[in-house]
Amino acid sequence: MPLSTQSQADNDQYILIASLDNARNLSNILKAISFREHAIFNATQNGLKVTVEDSKCLQANAFIQAEIFQEYIIKEDAVGFQVNLTVLLDCLTIFGGSTVPGVCTALRMCYSGYGYPLTLFLEEGGVVTVCRIKTQEPEEPIDFDFCSTNVTNKVILQSESLKEAFSELDMTSEVLQITMSPSHPYFRLSTFGNSGNAHYDYPKDSDMMELFQCTKIQTNRYKMSLLKPSTKALALSCKVSVRTDSRGFLSLQYLVRNDDGQICFVEYYCCPDEEVEEE
Amino acid sequence: MDCVATGGNVKVLAKAIHSLSRIGEELYLEPVEDGLALRSVNSSRSAFACFLLSPLFFQRFQAPSDQSFRCKMPIKSVQAVFKSLASLDRSVEKCRIQLNSEKSRLTITLHCKHGLLKTHNLSFQDCESLQAVFDKDSCANVLQAQPRLMVDTVLHFPPSLEEVNLSVSSDRVWLRNHVEDDADSSRAMMTELCLSAEEFDHFAVSTQTSITFCLKELRGLLVFAESSGLPISMYFDEPGSPVILSVTDSVLEGNFVLATLSEESHPKNHVNSNTKCPDTEQPPDDFMSDDMDSFLIAMETSELPGPSHVPTSPPRLSNRKDNRKHSFSEEEQEEEALTEGPPNKKFCSLFFGSVLPTPSHMPNQTMQSQEVLASDSEDENEPQTS
Repeated sequence: MPLSTQSQADNDQYILIASLDNARNLSNILKAISFREHAIFNATQNGLKVTVEDSKCLQANAFIQAEIFQEYIIKEDAVGFQVNLTVLLDCLTIFGGSTVPGVCTALRMCYSGYGYPLTLFLEEGGVVTVCRIKTQEPEEPIDFDFCSTNVTNKVILQSESLKEAFSELDMTSEVLQITMSPSHPYFRLSTFGNSGNAHYDYPKDSDMMELFQCTKIQTNRYKMSLLKPSTKALALSCKVSVRTDSRGFLSLQYLVRNDDGQICFVEYYCCPDEEVEEE
Repeated sequence: MDCVATGGNVKVLAKAIHSLSRIGEELYLEPVEDGLALRSVNSSRSAFACFLLSPLFFQRFQAPSDQSFRCKMPIKSVQAVFKSLASLDRSVEKCRIQLNSEKSRLTITLHCKHGLLKTHNLSFQDCESLQAVFDKDSCANVLQAQPRLMVDTVLHFPPSLEEVNLSVSSDRVWLRNHVEDDADSSRAMMTELCLSAEEFDHFAVSTQTSITFCLKELRGLLVFAESSGLPISMYFDEPGSPVILSVTDSVLEGNFVLATLSEESHPKNHVNSNTKCPDTEQPPDDFMSDDMDSFLIAMETSELPGPSHVPTSPPRLSNRKDNRKHSFSEEEQEEEALTEGPPNKKFCSLFFGSVLPTPSHMPNQTMQSQEVLASDSEDENEPQTS
């Protein structure tokens, strides 16, 4: 593979090297959080975490563990930078995204440190492209302070049924209301649109419900415009966990299987629109 | 009101609603003694469609305690309930339509697999009954064909084609695209299809005739018929009389009534008959108020009884499409101007009427209800008609 024939000298200058035989294993998951232009990259020994935020109310994180990469070398404890995600995705898919089986783009992503661009070596069918993307000072991602101890309600659903509900959601509704309760209606998604309101109820004993842990009834509203991008992550995922904490903050965690069947995670955190004690 | 549809009928219900959406923007819902009527009409009142679902269509059919309940709502709202049409029969087990009169909401609940429950509370408006009075039995020509034949025929015409012309002789049917007279005929593409009587399940042509109607509005019915496998029957007369296309089976009946182009120079064709008294031209007034809730429906099927009574009425009726929004007085003047103008290529509108429970409704009774409705209008002709 041409990408691995780079000299040792070249490799020495990089503080982060991540290689994939199939660039789609990175590009697909990044598309699931690509609702804003800029993404914060944070690489550690464990792998890559990419963060995108919107108006201080929504945060999306994509986690690609080190094991996913064919080659993952990091020379510092933590490497952080910010890049234009749209440009990065354009580069990762520069060969056009062929769906012919066996043909895929190989990627070698390299970073020399603060002030240097993010360098991508992409190869498909013997053709090599080198992209250098300017990096920026990484912003500090918001800490939503969402910890497991504060979680009041949690459900894990198979994505298939939620996909249908989300694709049908009334977009004329400004908010998506989520009700979680140990009793009826258990788990309910509600919209309030121009033609009336709609409710999607998932009973706790549904075979789509893998886990149901609700301690008290909670109803929270979230801006539809903020949650809309999460449908991309939902589309890729096979399972999703929905958690709310005592403040009404929402955490959506998606389990995504990449082309090779490996597991990655995407999570969304969202602030509630307003406190609603009961409907 | 409480109706429950199960299994495959949920999809049929959804498809009926989708095909009505090709006609108009509002869905009129009315439980009647024969079942549940779903109706729609287009903005120019030249196309009307109605699906009547008998109580047997439903697993349970409970009419509302208020006998005269009827409502209308934007059809898009109802279509939104039945999204993902393709997977409807696989995912939805039961559909329940209930009237919540206290909150003025129509509740449609879909019981889906995996225990998922989708509840839609739709707001509605009260309205008058929307009914076109038409009589299939009185039509001179009747054709019946398998939906496949109609769909394949229509395929030959571009999707953008508005109007199509159907001509019948004793043993043949021709379908042509209708081209405006003033269009450059050397540039327009002409398509003509000829079908022999043998291709039809039923072919009864008593008068050779040629009618022109809007194809676009028909496509909704074609899609419905094809998916349900029901043969389509066509009933029509002379130009100017509406063409009725219908599908029926044991539990439902769908009728699409489309206006046809009248012959330009023939004022006699433009007139309403069974629900109008020659002395009055009330229906136009109701149109003029542009209030969907007080329409009169009548069909233009016979000659103007007394042209001397209302000399300007024929052109008025034929120009309904253009003048509906204008006040009555303006319309009169406009129509007079129009009659002198270029060839009158307008669809005769179907007039919409107040509730007429039986077709045999007495004309004078109708008159009375018309008078009530017309009393608020700006009818300049009122002095003449009383």
